[in-house]
Amino acid sequence: MDELPIRSGDDVVRVRQQARAAAADCGLSLVDQTKLITAASELARNTLVHGGGGTARIEVVKSDRGRSGVKIGFADDGPGIADLELALTDGWTSGNGLGLGLSGARRLVDEFELISEPGAGTNVVVIKWSR
Amino acid sequence: MEAYGGQGRMPAYLRDHHDKVVGRWAELVVTGVRGRISPDEVRHELEDLYSLLLRVMTQQDEHAMGELRAALDELSRSRARNGFTPSETALGVFSVKDAVYELVADVTELTSEYLAFSRMVDDLGLRTFETYSAAREQIIADQSVSMLELSTPVVRLWDGIVAVPLVGTLDSARTQLVMEKLLETLVSTGSEQAVIDITGVPTVDTEVAQHLLKTVNAARLLGAHCTICGIRPQVAQTIVALGIEFGDIATKATLADALAYALTNAGLKVVPA
Amino acid sequence: MERVPIIKIGRTLFVSIQIDLEDETVVRLQEDLANELTATGASGVIIDITAVEIVDSFIGRMLTMIGSISRLFDAETVIVGMRPAVAITLTELGLSLRGVRTALNAEKGLALLNGIA
Repeated sequence: MDELPIRSGDDVVRVRQQARAAAADCGLSLVDQTKLITAASELARNTLVHGGGGTARIEVVKSDRGRSGVKIGFADDGPGIADLELALTDGWTSGNGLGLGLSGARRLVDEFELISEPGAGTNVVVIKWSR
Repeated sequence: MEAYGGQGRMPAYLRDHHDKVVGRWAELVVTGVRGRISPDEVRHELEDLYSLLLRVMTQQDEHAMGELRAALDELSRSRARNGFTPSETALGVFSVKDAVYELVADVTELTSEYLAFSRMVDDLGLRTFETYSAAREQIIADQSVSMLELSTPVVRLWDGIVAVPLVGTLDSARTQLVMEKLLETLVSTGSEQAVIDITGVPTVDTEVAQHLLKTVNAARLLGAHCTICGIRPQVAQTIVALGIEFGDIATKATLADALAYALTNAGLKVVPA
Repeated sequence: MERVPIIKIGRTLFVSIQIDLEDETVVRLQEDLANELTATGASGVIIDITAVEIVDSFIGRMLTMIGSISRLFDAETVIVGMRPAVAITLTELGLSLRGVRTALNAEKGLALLNGIA
């Protein structure tokens, strides 16, 4: 498992690279790799821009049925999200972004978990399984 | 999962009579496999399981139990691949109880421990059954994917024009595959026109329409233009009734119309010879 | 920080992106293109993303912005060579890159620009 800091644009690039390595290890198809890395990029950016910086944890996991997958967790100690439902609807905007980050990223992965509270930071965990 | 909760003498006893118990267990299992696996292989498998079992009984830690479970899962999957029924696999596991019972039947101080041991083995045997089901489901899922592959051809109608005749329901797995194949073909053939024929798609509801839209949008991002054809009268009525907007996506009634349209877009004209 | 080179051929500016795009690089590209458009009076921009494996919403927005900036200088932008996996991902993200045209490759992109001009 790799834990990476997210403090700059360079770090976002690094998260992408690590995600790619993990996806290749798992044998994800090219399209699935692209989706996972793009989702990781979106979420890493969110952590940087909205969360004031944080960390990413990338690991290869195995399902009950023996399928392998890539699990990535993002954590920050930022302001947190007050209305989770709103944040997950398309077109939600906060700050200067288009706001498609969360809902879009969710569509790109198989499992998506978002835990956030105002004042308690944000945690996002996503998993993409190989087929 | 029932844990073997005793610090009793069973584990030591089983270890002391290792060869006898494993030998007897192997005998019973070999009878059950009826030649499908060699006796040596069976013995080898059971040796592994037996030592893991003993470790669980003496150490009682999660790690040992985890390893035992993993070993049983692998056994179950391997048996499934070789055509064994789940009952056969489970019975193979259960037969260790017979082997142990034969050993301890006359040893009174172990009788009470035997019950706990028996329960643990029951759980383990049932687990192989569950793993078998899960493995079968995975096989079915894999076969569905293969079938999907076979039923999604992308054909070249003309220079720069490809067609995708869709037959069957259009769900998200199918759409994914169609998109991938279509886009790859557009890029590899350098085609800017695609015709998607939905004559063979039984129902077009909002979900299907969204899938079609995604495909058209993805092609557009590449710089290609999609025409949808084969919309049957009932389907047309459903689309309008549901209020589905195809927006600026070109739609034609027949494949012929769509081909003519694509040819025009490509700057081509068909003239009599 | 790497800089993406801009090549002028005729009335078109060609940009071929070969590297994993960092944020700074993309922003710099926007500036450089704006400068070049003013300096050369080019009427078209072709951005070749054949080598780009990942286009997230940030980069997607930047590409759309490049389209808008170019239009202010009366130039059209065509994105060429998008990979199928990227197109599928962008569609899933809900990004349509409206405001820029697309073509399968640079040759077709050029034909498109000439058709418009």
